[in-house]
Amino acid sequence: MTPSPATPPASDDAVLSARNIAKSYGNVHALKGVNFDIHRGKVTTLFGENGAGKSTLMKILSGVVTPTSGDIVLDGEVVQFSSASDARDCGISIIHQELSLAPNLSVRDNIFMGREIRTATGVDFAEEARQARALMADLEEDIDPMTLVEDLRLGQQQIVEIARALSVDSRILIMDEPTSALSATEVEVLFKVIRDLTSRGVSIVYISHHLEEALQITDYAVVLRDGAMTANAEAKDIDLEWIVRNMVGENFDLGSPPTGYAFGETALSIENVSVTDASGSGYSVVDRLSLEVKAGEIVCIYGLMGAGRTELLEAVAGRMPLSGGRVIVEGDDITRLSIAQRIDRGLVLVPEDRQRDGLVQTMSVGQNLSLASIASFTSRMLMSRSGEQAVVNEAIRKVHIKTDGGSAAIGSLSGGNQQKVVIGKMLATNPRVILLDEPSRGIDIGAKAEVFRLLSERAAKGLAVVFSTSEVAECLSIAHRVVVMRRGKISAQFGANVSKEEIMAASGEAVHL
Amino acid sequence: MASSVTTPPRSGLFRDGFDLGRLLLEGRAFFALIAIIVVFSFLSPYYFSVSNFLIMSSHVAIYGILAIGMLLVILNGGIDLSVGSTLGLAGVVAGFLMQGVTLNALGVVLYPPIWVVVLLVCALGAFVGMINGILIARFKVPAFVATLGVMYVARGFALLMTNGLTYNNLGGKAELGNTGFDWLGFNRLAGIPIGVVVLVVLALIGSLVLNRSAFGRWLYSTGGNERAAELSGVPVKKVQVAVYMLSGICAAIAGLILSSQLTSAGPTAGTSYELTAIAAVVIGGAALTGGRGNIRGTLLGAFVIGFLSDGLVIIGISSYWQTVFTGAVIVLAVLLNAVQYRRRVKKTTETDGPSASLQPTGKGLTANATHGKIAS
Repeated sequence: MTPSPATPPASDDAVLSARNIAKSYGNVHALKGVNFDIHRGKVTTLFGENGAGKSTLMKILSGVVTPTSGDIVLDGEVVQFSSASDARDCGISIIHQELSLAPNLSVRDNIFMGREIRTATGVDFAEEARQARALMADLEEDIDPMTLVEDLRLGQQQIVEIARALSVDSRILIMDEPTSALSATEVEVLFKVIRDLTSRGVSIVYISHHLEEALQITDYAVVLRDGAMTANAEAKDIDLEWIVRNMVGENFDLGSPPTGYAFGETALSIENVSVTDASGSGYSVVDRLSLEVKAGEIVCIYGLMGAGRTELLEAVAGRMPLSGGRVIVEGDDITRLSIAQRIDRGLVLVPEDRQRDGLVQTMSVGQNLSLASIASFTSRMLMSRSGEQAVVNEAIRKVHIKTDGGSAAIGSLSGGNQQKVVIGKMLATNPRVILLDEPSRGIDIGAKAEVFRLLSERAAKGLAVVFSTSEVAECLSIAHRVVVMRRGKISAQFGANVSKEEIMAASGEAVHL
Repeated sequence: MASSVTTPPRSGLFRDGFDLGRLLLEGRAFFALIAIIVVFSFLSPYYFSVSNFLIMSSHVAIYGILAIGMLLVILNGGIDLSVGSTLGLAGVVAGFLMQGVTLNALGVVLYPPIWVVVLLVCALGAFVGMINGILIARFKVPAFVATLGVMYVARGFALLMTNGLTYNNLGGKAELGNTGFDWLGFNRLAGIPIGVVVLVVLALIGSLVLNRSAFGRWLYSTGGNERAAELSGVPVKKVQVAVYMLSGICAAIAGLILSSQLTSAGPTAGTSYELTAIAAVVIGGAALTGGRGNIRGTLLGAFVIGFLSDGLVIIGISSYWQTVFTGAVIVLAVLLNAVQYRRRVKKTTETDGPSASLQPTGKGLTANATHGKIAS
């Protein structure tokens, strides 16, 4: 699929421009004089690794943060936003990466939260419901406006978030990672909506870590690196390689499967495992699935949202109960063991959502790193400080976390480094099998490559690695074997030389996007 | 390395300057205590004397011991409303045991020695706490509701045991070998009331447990993020039950000391003390959401409340005003907590640098033994 055909450059004027925008926090320069234009009725995508300054720039454009210096020019006039509502009044709205919905309210109430349609006698719920239904129809999503948001899956919640932004008639819509939880079909619908919006003259600013996807929708590409703009081009003139080169400043790939050693014995054996849906519907999200992984082998599990990847990995790790089947690690049946006992036997999980399940925000980097291996430096009831420091130092060195001795607050690290903390914490227990649920979620491409390199190094030393992903490109990196899941079952297995099309076809995903 | 460009150069230097605002904010409980002592010393000639400090400290000991138990629960992200009732029940049970236990079947009356009474009462506190813990950890009853229910039940049992009356004779008899209950409330070690000694010992043990034991780390991690702790192999349910048991034991110890100080054990003793304990923990800087707080702060909080209310008594202000002042101090403390945590969040996100540099790991959570002593 190619970018949308070039429309006449007549409408090619800038609706919103950043002029020498700089933002400093103390000695840290988040932005160093960025210039860029948002084109009227076009999609402008910002590319850049975590920490490149994308979010800061978007916060400035949407009025959340005021710049240290520089101007924002809206329709040829310099404007100053002192708050997000200032920006909204000028027709700029933003879809944040983190969902900001009230789970206890219905879809309708969320869409109109704070902007209820009022009449003399109260709120016009019927009209709200009608508009909500129309928005859902635009987004081709079969969600009843009265459904509670907490009953929706993550992807649908994101649709609601998008619907809310669409319900405000804005001239400029900023989308920060809108597709991170969407399935391929939903992304396709979103793109259709975006094209529809641009044809009506709405300007879109798009941010995504999913480069290929973003390249399909965008008209203009702006690349940020280290707080400065490094490149700027029309989408028709560029390709993926160009983006990556400008983002990271060098060529690289996500790696290839480690070779030069023989796999060991079977490390993890999953036999006929079933998991029942947590909501109590009785539906099996994982359905009699069997999988064997040998020591030293890297297996990638690919599947769409809702294919059962997360449930499978969490059930194997002991987080969710099995409704049937067995899990065997190095010959021992661990089906009935607690999470702590499974960690002792060498089976660990790096969860999908590192903020919610991976990190303790109130503790330091070091305390997070040592959390899973406290026993290794505790004797006679007391922890040894030097023992702990040794564990922390080794973890920091092995997974290359950029921090000092580990006393920094966990929130001060970038997303990629936070993910490395979660991985480092689990690797510090010296596991035999490591399960990683979407280890690349929300981290930049450089950190992603590092994580994969780290995993292949450990695999070469005999660690069995199972990771799940929703990006096909990642299946084709370090995995020796690609397992495709669809509706709780394995729909296909491939060797390392599989093509993207084969994987996507097996997952039930439309090959044409 | 590919991503090295993304990380801004960081150094811990620019935040090491002397920041009076931050110092006042983080040491607020300590400065508040100093301010209270200075103000009351001016207002009353009787306030600033060693003997008065010792008397006030023995009052503080009751709240302080409850607050140490409460801190553990709050670090876990819970709340324990039952400690006041447990304190009352502990006193009544101690009184009951002192009167002798009649075993009809054997036709004898048992007079357990004091150390047995103390052990049984502590076991009772642990049992009450275990009920709280099991309700909360196993049956997923919200901590507020579970401990509220247990608060009523424990108070009810205390009233039932005495029919609402008070045990006034806790002296024991020399020939029965059960004298010495007054030791807890009246004796002194090197001039320091036993209650205060117990408080200091519990604080030292508490600091050691929180900072140096695996249990302490488990507690901080379950309070900070239970899901992450569980996936890291922390036995989150056991930790939860344990903190309520420890809180119950602290309440029982406080009950013993209080009834010894009063030389009587009444079923209504300790009413609303749970709120004072919560206030002490909050004034000490702990977050009610869990994961943040330490023993040193909690002790300071207890001393702030105790020294303030005793000071108001000494200068002869109506007890109604005391209530107003105590309330104001609590609200102010929570307000400052909010300011502090907001600043902390801002700091970490804005500078993108380490917020607690130049410290080796494991010392980030600062309550430790020597600091515990300063407060007493």
